[in-house]
Amino acid sequence: MSALGVHHLGKSFGGLRVTADVTLEVEPGERRLIIGPNGAGKTTLFNLITGELEPDRGTVTLFDRDITRMASRRRVHLGIARTYQIITLFGGETLLRNITLSLLGRRRLRWNPLARLDRQAALIARAREALGWVGLEHLAERPLAQTSYGERRRVEIAMALAQEPRVLLLDEPFAGLSVEERRDVLRLIAGIPRDVTIVMIEHDMDVALDLAERITVLHFGQVVVEGTRAEVVAHPRTREIYLGE
Amino acid sequence: MRRVALGAALVALAAVPLWVGSTYYINVASQILLYAVFALGVNVLVGYAGLVSLGHAGLFGVAAYAGARLVNAGHNHMAVAAGALAVTLATAAVFATLALRGTGLGFVMITVALGQIVWGVAYRWISITNGDNGLSIKGRPSPFDLSLASPAAFYWGTLVVFLVALATIAVVVASPFGASLRGTRDQPRRMSALGYHVWMIRFLAFLLSGFWSAVAGLLFLYYNQFVSPQVVALTSSAEVLLMVIAGGTGTLLGPVVGAALVVIVKNVVSGYIERWNFVLGAIFVLIVVFMPEGLVPGTVRLWRWARAAGRPRGAAAVPARGGEGGR
Amino acid sequence: MSLWLVLAVNSITLGGLLFLLSAGFSLIFGLMRIPNLTHGSFFMLGAYLAVSLMRHGFGFWTAAVVAGLGVAAFGGIVERFILRRLAGAELAQVLVTLGLSFMVADFCLMVWTGDPIQIETPPLLRGTASALGLPFPTYRLAVSLVAVVVAALLWALLDRTRLGAMIRAGVDDAAMARVVGIRVSRLFTIVFCLGAWLAGFAGVIGGPILSVYPGLDGEMLPLALVVVILGGSGSLLGSLVGSFVVGFLYNFGQAMFPELAYVVLFLPMLIVLVMRPQGLFGRQPV
Repeated sequence: MSALGVHHLGKSFGGLRVTADVTLEVEPGERRLIIGPNGAGKTTLFNLITGELEPDRGTVTLFDRDITRMASRRRVHLGIARTYQIITLFGGETLLRNITLSLLGRRRLRWNPLARLDRQAALIARAREALGWVGLEHLAERPLAQTSYGERRRVEIAMALAQEPRVLLLDEPFAGLSVEERRDVLRLIAGIPRDVTIVMIEHDMDVALDLAERITVLHFGQVVVEGTRAEVVAHPRTREIYLGE
Repeated sequence: MRRVALGAALVALAAVPLWVGSTYYINVASQILLYAVFALGVNVLVGYAGLVSLGHAGLFGVAAYAGARLVNAGHNHMAVAAGALAVTLATAAVFATLALRGTGLGFVMITVALGQIVWGVAYRWISITNGDNGLSIKGRPSPFDLSLASPAAFYWGTLVVFLVALATIAVVVASPFGASLRGTRDQPRRMSALGYHVWMIRFLAFLLSGFWSAVAGLLFLYYNQFVSPQVVALTSSAEVLLMVIAGGTGTLLGPVVGAALVVIVKNVVSGYIERWNFVLGAIFVLIVVFMPEGLVPGTVRLWRWARAAGRPRGAAAVPARGGEGGR
Repeated sequence: MSLWLVLAVNSITLGGLLFLLSAGFSLIFGLMRIPNLTHGSFFMLGAYLAVSLMRHGFGFWTAAVVAGLGVAAFGGIVERFILRRLAGAELAQVLVTLGLSFMVADFCLMVWTGDPIQIETPPLLRGTASALGLPFPTYRLAVSLVAVVVAALLWALLDRTRLGAMIRAGVDDAAMARVVGIRVSRLFTIVFCLGAWLAGFAGVIGGPILSVYPGLDGEMLPLALVVVILGGSGSLLGSLVGSFVVGFLYNFGQAMFPELAYVVLFLPMLIVLVMRPQGLFGRQPV
């Protein structure tokens, strides 16, 4: 069974075909990299998988369960989590509160109007732990607005990991980071246990290639090359798309 | 320290009928409290859910009218309260379902329309609402055999309700649901992606806000002994919104301050200046332009700035506090 | 039979009047994304200004145009010095227009007192004209004609002039319009003044029929709102169609279901909102 599958997925905006007959399957525990030039439809694909966009055609399956018509908030409860290209965190809150919100999302506690959130010791401890995974527990009380871009990128990842996903979608996790920060994030992602399947969109080939086991190349919304890292890197089409730009 | 301040404030509030001069001012104080309940209710939506409503006077009014009809039909006051609250909650559910079809300004416009429908019914459906002549009732409830007929007694009754409202809303704000609500205000897409049911959260917030608006409407009915279509006009919704905005949406006490400001201007100042609507509008414009976060946070901000400016040169500047005021 | 005909004519008249009022509102909302809650006040202010002008000897039509200009000037000041300061904070802009509507209402109360004032029908248009063998008040027919003329002029402006093209571009996508070099801030001021002029002018035109009194602003504003939501923001055709739909709903509703007149008026709007949020002819949902 595949962890994540899309079959003949299609999406158009007006006359523009952004996703064209995309089919791919990711095995449980796999590290899949999705690459392609700007406008290839990578983020749109993620939006279709998480349910933020509705496809015109095709299906999305999660561990062989059809989730195509499922609301995006329900997909979260089935184990999908993602990070965003543009950071959309809760700017007015502390890092700890940001992660706490992420943790709450999957717990029935989120509906409770009587308990005091500040006193949920177990939840807050888990949030600190999540911040610890990305090396930021010393900044737990810092308001997000006062953190650096690199730190926020790591918070993004912590938010997603806190959701205890089975499938983790990372949308350009290295964007805008310094060399040192990239190393940190790389180590972070490499350290994620195998019970989490990872699909990553990335532009920066140098860093991403290390993590990828299989690669899918998108171009104009279509899958043009797919295979193991070695196969894709050597493929003439890949070179054409990237070097021909 | 905070507990002492809180206790002192409670004592001061409870003693109002004793240290304030005439029954006129006691009545003003009662008005402030009942409108504070209304404003607190509206702020659940405006401040914490980030949804601005210009139709909440409709809910306030539905409760008052329903209450009036039930009182005049001879029911005891418990039944009146239960009935009025039930009718208003049902109305709020309808309002919410329709208004949540729009977002941002669309939401505002739909609430205007809904408020106007209630106004239209109040004005035209004379067989139910007596139209422009309004409905009057006689008498106030006597919970636990304590009559609320006198101004002081009514004030204390209203104070109890106000404190319950304040406490309840404070609890909700500090709860996981409250955090979820604020989350939907700040990043609704993100919240969906985190597993939250954004529509349902907003719907429930609308009901909560409708509940306290209804309570305030009942208090108004008993205070005034009369309800008319003016209560549900657009200007009334605007007034309560003004209370919320003037006081500040990001804090718990902001709406209370706003309610006090508006009620005082309305009652007391209008004795000296004839055109209080003009003054009210002007205050509104000034606050929105110069102190958009409202009077409470704005004053806090000015105070902190004044303190920092007063420090001797060379001392560390007051550290910028990110995340204060919630917005 | 003749009752229905009378209702129909009154509906067309009201529709025409509403078009004059809501065309401006629709443009302002379409371009600036602000539901201008001062719009009802503009209507009322125009009528009051004309009353004073006519008391000083101005003729009806001159007064209408000049009163409109007065309201437009006021609108221009509001836009340039208050709304522009709050550019980007749309909610704040809406709230400011709300506060201003309070101020204008009280100002009018101060200056013109609380008694309703009847604006005299212009002498040439008094009396009745015969159509289909029945007498109709000439003035009401004239109002419909004026509305049509203004609609045509507005259409010509939007469709045939450069200014109109810029407005349409701005309504479509203000951010994009800026990128291609359109001075959107100046466009905002122009459109706001135009909308204000239309509302003020409409107030005067409506004077002989509605008269002018405190509270007129609060009665006209929701009607404009309904028209724009029904017809779609930023669409002239939408405002036209919406105005006549509302005109008919209002008159026939009042006649047939007097107790539920307001519900009859707003219900279609709510249905449109639920089923087709961009209105009948609009581009963007509300």
